[in-house]
Amino acid sequence: MRHDLQTIAAWIQPGAKVLDLGCGNGDLLKYLRETRQIHGYGVEIAEDRILGCIRNGVNVIQRDLEAGLAEFSAGSFDHIVLSQTLQAVHNTEAILREILRVGREGIVTFPNFGYWKNRWQVLQGHMPVSADLPYQWYDTPNVHLCTMHDFEALCDRLDIQILERVVMTEGRPVNWLRNLTGSLAIYRFRRRLA
Amino acid sequence: MNAAADRRIVVPQVAHFDTSLVLRSGAVLPAYDLVYEMHGTLNADASNAVLVCHALSGNHHIAGYHDPAEKKPGWWDNMIGPGKPVDTDRFCVIGVNNLGGCHGSTGPASIDPQTGQPWGSRFPMVTVEDWVAAQARLADRLGIHQFAAIMGGSLGGMQVLQWSIMHPERMRHCLVIAAAPGLTAQNIAFNDVARQAILTDPDFHGGDYYAHGTWPRRGLRLARMLGHITYLSDDVMGSKFGRLLRNGSFAYGYDVEFEIESYLRYQGDKFADAFDANTYLLMTKALDYFDPAHHVPGHSLSQALAPAKAGFLVISFTTDWRFAPERSREIVQALLVNERDVSYAEINSSHGHDAFLMPDPHYHALVGAYMNRISV
Repeated sequence: MRHDLQTIAAWIQPGAKVLDLGCGNGDLLKYLRETRQIHGYGVEIAEDRILGCIRNGVNVIQRDLEAGLAEFSAGSFDHIVLSQTLQAVHNTEAILREILRVGREGIVTFPNFGYWKNRWQVLQGHMPVSADLPYQWYDTPNVHLCTMHDFEALCDRLDIQILERVVMTEGRPVNWLRNLTGSLAIYRFRRRLA
Repeated sequence: MNAAADRRIVVPQVAHFDTSLVLRSGAVLPAYDLVYEMHGTLNADASNAVLVCHALSGNHHIAGYHDPAEKKPGWWDNMIGPGKPVDTDRFCVIGVNNLGGCHGSTGPASIDPQTGQPWGSRFPMVTVEDWVAAQARLADRLGIHQFAAIMGGSLGGMQVLQWSIMHPERMRHCLVIAAAPGLTAQNIAFNDVARQAILTDPDFHGGDYYAHGTWPRRGLRLARMLGHITYLSDDVMGSKFGRLLRNGSFAYGYDVEFEIESYLRYQGDKFADAFDANTYLLMTKALDYFDPAHHVPGHSLSQALAPAKAGFLVISFTTDWRFAPERSREIVQALLVNERDVSYAEINSSHGHDAFLMPDPHYHALVGAYMNRISV
């Protein structure tokens, strides 16, 4: 189980209704079902991963996230998870708005571009490659990389209230100068109450 | 090795029912036969039964061969059999010819015992609800209280939906493939053109052509040709036939010139010889009438599906414009509102509506994986 998934699992209430966007083979949902008795659905676009979900006994809906979440009605989920997918989405604002529409709370994880090793590689004249950014510039699916500061600025603009934030490097939480020392950012948020 | 020796022979069986069936239309069928076939072995508590519902021109012959000389196996042989996605080593898979059919179950060509004549025009209109009611009686007869799964494509998928509404306790899983929660106006329009072709054939005689010793072949042939166009995608027609000419040059006449003409006429001829026109009329009307949302307040599909308890696998095909992916998404949405377990896959295929009958590896892997998860 990826480290960020364990953090996410800790935030999910037992028996909750969970939607996992870009759910892969459904490992998180399967884990949550077995450990927290959640009722979950995944959304995925890749054929092989949809098959993986079916093999895992996980509900999966084939859909392109870029086109929104039309089948899902407003407020129908307790938690919506977008794990290491935000940076690969084209319509970033639209998907965050859809998360706020369909879910009570959102959980988003992404590789922090502000991590010092990334900055260092850029300073050396190269695009960063690391455990959390494991692609070369020419084969990366990532189109919208950001730093934690960038993400939080967008949240502010979209009236997103950040409830909790965990930052990790090599699987361990970091607690100081996080935008510099953290490789992976994990946020829990909801719509800001008026 | 002799291919015929490998053939799985299946012997169709007939169940006779003496208890009358009150149909949705209000008409009553006093007694009837259902012909069915079974693949695999029913286990002791009958928990491994799978029901396969057939589409417009289908029947109970879902897989295997009826005899060693039969030209083609049952219509879903690539899906059903030992080691296949619906594995008959685990499941006992049952195909039933629906009421009104022309392959052994009571239909318009059957003899009405009250008159000693074929039913013909007096055979009552049957609906998807009526088919499910009749299939449920067959399940009772076979001692099957709860199916492991009920599955079907197209009109067959509609029967699966209807089962989940009428008898939510009687199946654990539903596989709804290339289906829709109701036909669109365009679909009904196609069906009506097909029916008009039959109804206006001078050999039709108001449906009593049996007594006249005629067969509305021309009408049935046209109906099938039209249907075939709608089951294929523009893409697949283009790649298969394009503008190919049979003899390489224009003949400037009305005989077969383009390959697509040859194909359609062949399909039409084959069908017109083998299928009953009254059955075709009935089946297309059953399609038109199917609309579970019609019977609930506000015509809400999610409310119509509220009784459903099963887990669902819903599958559509990208180039299917007759039962388009959007229509399957409506089913998925209604199931999500009801918080049912549901998975949905949209298979990339160039084969249009016919894709549900094709042996696409990803499609078959999904069905196989889903069936494997079902405990029996």
